[in-house]
Amino acid sequence: MTPATRAEHCVIACAEAWRDAGEVLASPMGLIPSVGARLARLTFSPDLLLTDGEALLVRPDGTVEGWLPYRAHLALVAGGRRHVMMGASQIDRFGNQNISCIGDWERPARQLLGVRGAPVNTLNNPTSYWVPRHSRRVFVEKVDLVCGVGYDRADGARYHRVVRVVSDLGVFDFATPDHTMRAVSLHPGVTPRQVREATSFDLAVPDGVPRTRPPTAEELRLIREVIDPGNTRAGEVAG
Amino acid sequence: MGDKTMTAEEAVSRLHSGMTLGIGGWGSRRKPMALVRALLKTDVDDLTVVSYGGPDVGMLAAAGRIRTLVAAFVTLDSIPLEPHYRAARERGAFGLMEIDEAMFLWGLRAAAHRMPFLPVRAGTGSDVMRVNPGLRTVTSPYGDGETFVAMPALRLDAALVHVNRADRLGNGRYLGPDPYFDDLFCEAADTAYVSCERIVDTAELTGAAPPQSLLIRRHTVTGVVEAPGGAHFTSCAPDYGRDEAAQRGYARTPWPEFAAHYLGGDAPAYPPAAGEGA
Repeated sequence: MTPATRAEHCVIACAEAWRDAGEVLASPMGLIPSVGARLARLTFSPDLLLTDGEALLVRPDGTVEGWLPYRAHLALVAGGRRHVMMGASQIDRFGNQNISCIGDWERPARQLLGVRGAPVNTLNNPTSYWVPRHSRRVFVEKVDLVCGVGYDRADGARYHRVVRVVSDLGVFDFATPDHTMRAVSLHPGVTPRQVREATSFDLAVPDGVPRTRPPTAEELRLIREVIDPGNTRAGEVAG
Repeated sequence: MGDKTMTAEEAVSRLHSGMTLGIGGWGSRRKPMALVRALLKTDVDDLTVVSYGGPDVGMLAAAGRIRTLVAAFVTLDSIPLEPHYRAARERGAFGLMEIDEAMFLWGLRAAAHRMPFLPVRAGTGSDVMRVNPGLRTVTSPYGDGETFVAMPALRLDAALVHVNRADRLGNGRYLGPDPYFDDLFCEAADTAYVSCERIVDTAELTGAAPPQSLLIRRHTVTGVVEAPGGAHFTSCAPDYGRDEAAQRGYARTPWPEFAAHYLGGDAPAYPPAAGEGA
């Protein structure tokens, strides 16, 4: 088999977010997180629940195993047995996230999705983020509208936890004394300087930061032959 | 028991400028589009629209009928950003109460329960509080002392929803995988107008599928409109899926051109045949 691509390292990095999650709903948003969630379900996290993207709970082979219409999904969020991986148009050093609009909220330069469920997600269940193109426009000093709540604004939020941020350059978390973002691993071929230059704020990249682990042969087979044989992942992250 | 059947035109003739109007469905899914089109042919404006927004919001925003929108998002699902909504928002065309999806649900539930508010663990810490300075919090009187958003009731003057089947009395059934929140919209509203793919006898309505799918109860319904294809171009599973070609046509066509063609006096028959575009 040819060596793992950047997109396949991203799949692994996303899948790892759901390691040891237990019997909870994996809610991936975006293509590579979806491949990652299914990979985790097929390998090291077999108890995960997955949806068909609408109202049904499905096994990886498509077998329906339950019903989860929006009203039940929102109840599940409140109950906390879920780990969501959302997108982020902007994210800051404390993990505040914006998917609503760019510019002044009163009259935005760019209207995006709206806050959606980001506020309820971040106050109720573990939340991670996926950024397919790591840049200074996404990793900003200050987000224009706080949709997903970051650590500096989560005082007293008992169920708040931002687990990790996965980008096309690496994996990041907030396990520092002041809960600011730091690099956990960089994907093969990515340098610390490259990541710092693509980030507007001062990002901690520890000396000797490890490489994101490559997929095992079995994981690579599952990604290429079972989960994403059409290689749609390469359309989200090149290389 | 009264026969509540009426035409879409009769239903929207009961709506007035300045009303707070709830619209059922979700994104580009089972939206009461026939009722929205009928509404667009009236002069009703200055509306406060409460919606899990899709093309219903896009059209009403583009046509300048919205004074204030209450929403967590506006999307066409397969086209993530609703272009007509987006354009209207970027030119500052209306006010926005931007709230989280769960806050929205709790607001409808509060209205349905005749509560002034319900506590919800969502919104605090986020800029939802900054852009809605009227929102208040409430602290638990019990030992935990946790603070929540006191989500105010989203009481509606009227609701518009679309379901698969209904009888003439206002009992309604969904046949697809998700009821969305159409029952709550009806319960939260003073008046509710339900369009459906087909009006059937009550015995047929209740006999054909499990009782759990009898979503809409007649005591919450003011009028019933038979509108085959009435959710088009949004999805209405299992009767039909989303007409993606028509939706793309809507998304790509400048609003004045779309409105002139599909909402003008000599508009072609609607909905168009599959693949004909919109």
